[in-house]
Formats: sequence, C-alpha cells, structure tokens
Amino acid sequence: MALDSKSDLPQFKVVGTRPARPDGIDKVTGRARFGADMSAPGMLTGLILRSPHAHARIVSIDTSKAEALAGVHAVVTRKDFREITDDDFTADILDNCMAGAKALYDGHAIAAVAASSTKIAREALKLIDVTYEKLDHVTDVDEAIEDGAPVLHEGRSDETVPAGMSPNVLSRYEFGHGDPEEGLKNADHVVERTYKTEATHQGYIEPHACLAQMGPDGQGDLWVCTQGHYMVRNTCAAILGIEQGQLRVTASEIGGGFGGKTTLFLEPVALMLAKKSGRPVKMVMTRSEVLRATGPTASTSIDVKIGMTKDGKITAGFAEMRYQGGAYPGSPVEFGAMSAFAPYDLEHVKTIGWDIVTNRPKAAAYRAPGAPMAAFAVESAIDELARHFGLDPLEVRLKNAAREGTKASYGPTYPAIGLEATLRTAKDHPHWSAPLGENQGRGVACGFWFNFGGDTCVTLNITPDGTVTVSEGNPDIGGSRASMSMMAAEELGIPYEKVRTIVADTGSLGQNEVTDGSRVTFAVGLATIEAARAAKREMCKRAAMIWGIDEEAVEWVDGAAQPAGPNAGKFPPMTLAEIAETASNTGGPIAGHHEANPEGAGVSFATHMCDVEVDPDTGAAKILRYTVFQDAGKAIHPAYVEGQFQGGAAQGIGWALNEEYIYGDDGILQNAGFLDYRVPVASDLPMIDAVILEIPNPGHPYGVRGVGETSIVPPLAAVANAVSAAAGVRMTDLPMSPPKLLAALHAKG
Amino acid sequence: MHYLSPTTVDDAVAMLAAQTGDCRILAGGTDLLVRMKSGFAEPDAIVDIKRIEGMRDILHEDGGFRIGAGVSGAEMSENADLVAAWPGVVEAAGLIGSTQIQGRATMAGNLCNASPAADSVPAMVAANAVARIAGPNGQRDLPVAEVPTGPGKTSLAPGEFVTSIFLPARPDRSGDAYLRFIPRTEMDIAVVGCGVSVTLDENGTCTDARVALGAVAPTVILVPEAAEALIGTTLDDAVLEAVAKACSAAATPISDKRGTVEFRTHVAGVLARRATKIAKTRAGGK
Amino acid sequence: MTKVHVTTTINGDPTEFLCEPDETLLDVLRDRLGMTGSKEGCGTGDCGACSVTLNGRLVCSCLVLGAEAEGQEIGTIEGMAQGENLHVLQKKFIEHAALQCGICTPGLLVAAKSLLEKNPDPTEEETRYWLAGNLCRCTGYDKIIRAVMDAAKEMREAA
Repeated sequence: MALDSKSDLPQFKVVGTRPARPDGIDKVTGRARFGADMSAPGMLTGLILRSPHAHARIVSIDTSKAEALAGVHAVVTRKDFREITDDDFTADILDNCMAGAKALYDGHAIAAVAASSTKIAREALKLIDVTYEKLDHVTDVDEAIEDGAPVLHEGRSDETVPAGMSPNVLSRYEFGHGDPEEGLKNADHVVERTYKTEATHQGYIEPHACLAQMGPDGQGDLWVCTQGHYMVRNTCAAILGIEQGQLRVTASEIGGGFGGKTTLFLEPVALMLAKKSGRPVKMVMTRSEVLRATGPTASTSIDVKIGMTKDGKITAGFAEMRYQGGAYPGSPVEFGAMSAFAPYDLEHVKTIGWDIVTNRPKAAAYRAPGAPMAAFAVESAIDELARHFGLDPLEVRLKNAAREGTKASYGPTYPAIGLEATLRTAKDHPHWSAPLGENQGRGVACGFWFNFGGDTCVTLNITPDGTVTVSEGNPDIGGSRASMSMMAAEELGIPYEKVRTIVADTGSLGQNEVTDGSRVTFAVGLATIEAARAAKREMCKRAAMIWGIDEEAVEWVDGAAQPAGPNAGKFPPMTLAEIAETASNTGGPIAGHHEANPEGAGVSFATHMCDVEVDPDTGAAKILRYTVFQDAGKAIHPAYVEGQFQGGAAQGIGWALNEEYIYGDDGILQNAGFLDYRVPVASDLPMIDAVILEIPNPGHPYGVRGVGETSIVPPLAAVANAVSAAAGVRMTDLPMSPPKLLAALHAKG
Repeated sequence: MHYLSPTTVDDAVAMLAAQTGDCRILAGGTDLLVRMKSGFAEPDAIVDIKRIEGMRDILHEDGGFRIGAGVSGAEMSENADLVAAWPGVVEAAGLIGSTQIQGRATMAGNLCNASPAADSVPAMVAANAVARIAGPNGQRDLPVAEVPTGPGKTSLAPGEFVTSIFLPARPDRSGDAYLRFIPRTEMDIAVVGCGVSVTLDENGTCTDARVALGAVAPTVILVPEAAEALIGTTLDDAVLEAVAKACSAAATPISDKRGTVEFRTHVAGVLARRATKIAKTRAGGK
Repeated sequence: MTKVHVTTTINGDPTEFLCEPDETLLDVLRDRLGMTGSKEGCGTGDCGACSVTLNGRLVCSCLVLGAEAEGQEIGTIEGMAQGENLHVLQKKFIEHAALQCGICTPGLLVAAKSLLEKNPDPTEEETRYWLAGNLCRCTGYDKIIRAVMDAAKEMREAA
C-alpha cells in the first residue's frame, strides 16, 4: 500500500509542478526592495541609544545637548509615549522597544534620535547623558529561579505559580494524561537526565529596517520588513494611541524572519520620531543591534524521565521544562510542554513548563517556537533507551508512534497523520543501511509542529483581458506568492503564468494574521482557493446570463464555463478570457474574495537522519550526510517545500553544534556579530536530502499542511544522537561545540 | 577625518609625521574598517598605502621573497613560485576570512593588527620572516616575531609602518605548514594556530626546525623546545608526540568565547603534531 | 571634514561621486548612487551580502572605502544581466529555487560568477569553500550549490 494515498484529491495540473517564482527576476537582479532599500524625500536617519548594562535603573536621561546639535530633528525617550495600563502584552512590547524605569538587558533601547545624516545621528547619541544605577543581573535560566537571584519584575507571576517561588517565575503550564509515576513502575529501564540548550538567534541576513511617516492629523505610513504588517499596524496603533485605519503599513520584501519578525522593535520609535520631526524617518539596525536586542529564542533546562520495557514500549514520559524568554513574559515553554511527547501514543505522560525571566533580550518566536528544545530532550532520552536495550531506534519509535485516533499528550485526538509514514520511509531509505566508518555515528529523531490557521483575507480579481491578480496580506518569506498563483491557476483551470499574486498593504485587505505558524500555504491557500471558487461562481452566472439559462445549469471545467449536461442547452464553452471581456456588459467587474479564520491546519511530523564524524583529538563534529523525511500533506511547489525542509535542518544543525548566545560575567553579550555567532556556512554542510511524504490534510481542499516549522524540530536531537554515537558519550548540553565535546571525550577517558 | 593616498614611502612617512591625531594605516582594511564600523576606532586620518610603488608586488630577493604590504592573500596564492617555496605561509594567509576577505587582507596588516590569533603570524614566525619598516628615522628590518608585543600592540614607533615582509630563501628538503582549529570549516578566528617549518638532510634527519603557536598567549610564540625535539630526528611518531607535549606545555592560553584553557592547551599539541607531519612530507621526508 | 571626490567605473559606466573619507563603498553604492542591490547584512565582512568586484577581484564592499574606488573598476549585481538577458547563474538560481527570501542572493551571485571566472569546473567542495563567506539562512545551501554547479556545466558546454 502506498504510504501517501492521493485518491481523494483532484487530479492536479499546476499544483505539484515547479514553476519560476514571480519575484525571481527582481531577486536575482538586485531590483527587489527590502526594508532598507526604500527612501523618501527629506528623509532623516533614526538611531537608537542602547543600554551598556545588563540590568540598571534609569535614574535620568538628559537629551538637551543632543537636541541642540545642528541637524538633529527629534529625540525620543519613553516619556514621549503614553502609558499603557490595560494591556500587559502591548505594554511589554513598548517597554522592549523603549525602556521605561529600568534597562533590562544589554542592548535595551534607552533613547532615539532622528538627524539629517547618519554621522550627525551618531554624534547625537553620544550627547545623550543617561544616569544609570546598576543592578545585579542574571542570565542563566536555572540561576534565575534560585533564592536570592536578582529580580527583574515584582508582581508579574500569574495565579499558576505556587507561592514562595522566585518572582522571576511568571507562569506554570501542565499537560498530559495518566500517571507517569505509575507507568514508570512497569519499565525495565528508566532514563532520567537534565538537558540544556543555549539561546540561538533566528539569524535572518536582513537586519530590521523601516521607513516611517506620521502627520499631525494622525495619519501615518510605514514601510517595513516584517512577517506581518497587519500586526505592525495594530500594535503600533495601540502603542501610539491612533486608529488602525489611519496607519497604512506596506510590507517590503523580507530578508528572512523565521519568527523573529513577528513583533516590533523599531517601528513605534520610528513613527514617534517621524511625528516629532515632521519628516520621514528611516531606521536600520546594525547586525550587533540585531543580536543584542532582537529575537533570540529561549535558553532551556529540561528534566526528562522516560521508562521503557525491554521490547521497546514506552511506559511513561515525564518532562519538567524551564525556559527563559528574556526580560519579559512569553517564553515558548507552553509550546515546548505541548509538543515534547506529541509524536508518541502514551498511556502515561505529563509535562510541566515554567516561564522564567532573565536579563536577556525579549525572546521572539523562532521556527516552531519551543519545540526543538523539547524534542532534543525527549528524543535524546528515547535514543538512549533504545541503545540501552540494543533496539533499532526507528523500530522503537514505530512501536510507540502516534497514529490516527491517538490521544495526543497535549489533549486532542489526531486525525490522519504522517509520522508512521516518515518512519517507515526512513527505515527503507538507503541512508539507513549505509555503512559508517571509524569515529562516525548515525542519529535519528522525530519532530512535530501544530501548524496554525488564523485571520486571512484574499481578493482575486479578473482583469478585462482575462488574467488574474491575487491580493493577499502575508509577506512572502519563501515563495508563497508562487504557491498562491499556483492554487488560483489550478482552481480556475488557467496557466500559472496568467496569475500574478501580490502582497497588499494594510489599506487594501482586512485583517491578516502574521506569516507564522506555518499557516500561509494552508490558510492563505485555502482562502485563495475559496476566492477563486467565488469568482468561478460569478463567471458561471455571467455565462448563464449570456446563454439565457439557469446559473445552476452552468459548471466550470478546464478554465471555461459550460452547460452542465445535455439538458442545460448546447453552447460552446465560454473561457475565462471571453467572460472577462464582456464583464462590463454583464454586471461589471468580476472578482472573488474570501475572509476566514480557518481551523483544521493539520499537524505535521518529520523524521530526520544524520551521520556525523567526530575528531577525537579536537572534538570537532562534521555532518557527513543528512536526510529529512516529512509529511507535507500536499506539496504545492515541491522545490520550495524541499527548501523549507533543508533550511530548517540547517538551522537545527547550527543550533546543535555551534550557535549560542555567550554572556560574560558582566551580563554583556560577548558575540554580537556573525564572526562569533556561528551560523553554518556553505562548507559546513553536505547536501540535505529532502523526502516529501504526502498524507493529505482533511482540513484543506488540496490536502496542504504547513511545512515551514516541523523541519527545525528534530535536528537538535538527530545531531546529538549521532554525535553521542560517534563519540561514545551522551551529549546533553547544546551547543556541542568542540571544547564541550572534547571535554566530554576526555571525561569519558 | 582625512583620507590620504601617498604614492611613495617618503610621502607616506611625511604624511604620518604631519598627523597629530589618531592616524591609521590602511592596507587591506579588513580589520580597520571593522573596527571603525563597530565604533572601536575613529581615526582622524587614514593613510592608504596601496598606491605606494611596490606595495602590491611579490619580488624575488636573495633567493627568497619580498611581499609588499599591500599584497592580498589571494594574490599570494596565485604566485606559483611563492606557493612552491612557502606553502604553509601562503595557506596561513589564505585562511584569513572568506574569499572576499582574501581579495583584500594582507599579511602585513594581519601582523600589525597584532591579534594573538592572527593566522599568518605563526606561519611567518616559523618561516623566520622579517618585516621591513619605514619611519621618520629611515628604514629598518625586524623579525616578524618581534613586531607584536601584546594584543593590539606592536613594537612599531609612532610614524612607522610595515612596507614589506621578507621570506628567506629555502634550503633543499625544506617544508612548512600551518594548521589552525576553528569551530566551523571557515569564517572563524583561530582558537589555536600552529606553524611549523623544517629542513631535512639527505637521510631525512631534521637539521633545522621552527615551531610557532597562535592564540595560546598574548602574542604568537615560538616554541624552542618543540624545535629541539625535532632537530636531529627523523620526525617519527615518538618525536611528534614529544613536539605535541612541548607545544601543550608552552601554551598559556585564556578561556574566552572561542575556547577554554584546557581545549587550547590540548589542541596546541594536536595541531603541532599534524602540522609537523605535513611539513615533513613537504620537505620530502618519509 | 572634507568630502572626497571620486571618479570610478561601475558596471562599465563612468561614475563620479562625493563621499565622506570614512564612508564605505557599500554606503556609497546604496545611499549615494541608489544601487541598493548590494545588501548590508553585517557591515563587518562576515556575511557576503555586499559582495562586489574591485578590478575583477571579489571583495566585501562594506570593507572598502568609497575613496579607494578612485580609478578602479567596480562590478555589482546590477551589472550582471545584459539588458533583458539574465546571466546563466541568475537563470539557474530561479530554476533551482536557490533563493527563498532573496536577501543573500545578489552577493551569492556576484561571488559565484567570480568563482566560475576563475574556475569553470569547480567541485562541490571547491564551490562550498569559495562561497563560505556568503551566509544564507533560508536554504541550507543545497539548492544554491546545485544551481552554481549546474550553471558551471551549462557555461562549459556553451563555451
């Protein structure tokens, strides 16, 4: 039996092919305009003054000298913003964009200037006189919850946190069913370990940038690189106290985001500078600012206890997870606690998550937020158990794999899912049986991501000459305009080249959720298909009008209206172009649109396989071979699905081996640059084989599941399991940088 | 700030002498511009030496090579004679940064930046290279090993700058090598570096050797104990072990974001062993 | 502070500009000449997004002063296609889906072109090391390497 049955789906003509993307030529010629590529007449340069301390009370800020400098047109501090008292979430975003009472981390924004040149703006920053009262700081997640640890906020812990815990613990989450302690009694062996992961940055190559204009009438315009310009509009409006409809936000081309561009950093500040100066203000971060003050993910410390029988059945799983999300609430520990055991069908399972604050930048989402660390811990422990019993790690996972009907550890019961298919395909793949040499090891691991829907609007317009334009509201971060054009073309029965998809500004469509949660191909795709269907209904109606028959008697086949059967009348098919040509006489322009918040995103699973060679003399680990097996539901543009698999794997490899936030004893980030924040380079990696499985998602007309995030979930564990096998010592701390691995090898003896 | 672009050494010396503020020499710019971008350097003047005659040349001299201070790593690697004579030095210079950096970075700049982790310096020290220095009191030659005096510090007097690096003539049956350890395969600063140069006699016995280490002390260091262990032997495995031990013993590193004391100490020995093997092979040893 | 007057050639076009003595070539290209195809990902020579050629030699334009361009030949991404004819590498990048977000693409194309001019038949390993200074965070490099190798093959066959 085929693992991925497509029997219930339409026969596709466009979907599943690999056409050129519509923005391809712009991007290979340098014409595409990213965040920093826009300018406006009379534009000023905005720069931010950042805290040199990890934790300090801001006693005073004297901006008078900066304001007096010729060429300076505005200086902004927190005093320029209104107090937000009714919305902690937005208040925290503002406090992160511009510090209030305290600087909470190295790099926290303290003040901003707008000046007629970058040089003058830099000079002005030096003239701002800030008096700090330095406070003790804490950057380690475990140290932050110890008695006597420096406290970031008083009174922010919610009702889930038991009395007596550190004020740095803000929330507690719990998921699971059964009784793990009971289940552990049936185990032949229990692995109990603590795993740690260091914070990593999304590492998008494009620094944050925006260009803001704001008039005294409350109308503003913002050009910005973001994953969600509607989010930018709504949150900026809330912070500035203006109406959402008065602020038009246009998304630039976006140079990578991976979750890191789903919140605000510069935008409210740029708008405030523009308002005060009456001039357009452009702000572009340096790489150092990006690393010090934006996006990292949480660092974590996770206790895992898993029991297994000698034939490989997991009897119970337990994990207690501590995630620090920087200086504000909102580490992704809830997703970590939900996803940790999601791939498995367990009778007894429980996860507890703790959201903890430290003196680090506010964590932003990073590709499957919270899940890779959880999977690292759980998949490492399962690997260790399999090795303990001498069992095949893929067989062990198959034996415990979640299937249709499994009650997931985080609550729901799964519909049709693809985990088993990825495991069986992995087992049959030549990679699994390829020989290994000396000092080499192979690791496997599974991963899961929920995938999301969210508010979505699409408008599809039929032009008078019969071509089609699709307007969607989600920045295209990896080829989604191509996918939307393909789904519209498929549905309308016209060639891909006849459709052009654009990302519309916030004035042109209704609310759209951020490009996150692997939602775009699913939710925007669904809305595109529905919009196309609406347009088809209208075109059938027009044909019916021309033919003088009932509109129910007309159907849409292969890009044309035709009578639905012999009783409907005998008319030759009327193509989309023919209907469009006469639209003016049959009722006016034709369009379809769809607005929804679709459910049924369809969870996605992957299995990754990795070969590593360890140099026993230096602790260097080299990735020799890597294969991704993942369920895409239905791959609309397979090349971009493969790209998501490969990119997620590469980021996970970086996380596993060399990427980390390194803080000094002074709480200052030591490696705020691409020199020492070590993302994988081309020579670090082999080709990454991507195997697409297609187990259709019943919640999408074409079976699509999100694919962007699951791919970063397994690699941490897959690489760690391979390194542990090659080195003969279990690695439980990430990254497995050479000094750490060599120390482990020496400790092993 | 001023950008100055002299065409003769004398003009450059005069310009440097005339500057009162912070004046920096610009060769490849791959360190200076980074420091300026990061705000660590705000010079009042920059003297670009690349338009000075001879600065971009690699010349044969006394059987050796004189390499102008403006010669990039890429240009060195394209000089077949230089690669044949001093493969280790060329490889070391070739490890500085990416292909893009290679198009600009110079050995003289790498030397004067005075980073203990500079890739080309251990190779130059092992090669017994000599820096030619111009200044208000005329020209002088100084062994490369004596140029850096600490992180970011050199023995150059105010107004002096390096005009060229001289690599001496190679006796028959000589070979050199440079290896470094970095966490990735490219783009990192050396966590440890080791340069080795050996000369063998007709029987394969080592008659001369120099071993230098980078990133394990405030400056690149020469390890005479390692050289002593090599001279008079055929560089067999036991000798390589002794070299490794000598290098680990000579290392006095610090722990920082790139590596720990323990790691650097151990890997200094590992690299010394491996680099010596390569140098031996290049010298025709078996 | 006095601005420096520079006469240079960019993509074959005679060009003059005034710049600050400490202004980088990248800033000159982007802010003074409106050539925003070269990107700034780091400003410190670590990401390669600003790659250009200087007298045919691949460099990071963020590590070159604008003043240094005097009398030199600069090549940027904007000069890669000839009119409406894309360079083979540009076509192959689109065909192989070798870009996702596209921010690193101009730098990678300039660097890859420079590789193929020097070495028309590079191995995968040579290609990976040559391009190690061009960071891409989206693709895992797989499709980029395939596109460059395929372009090299097509260019060899056409030669």
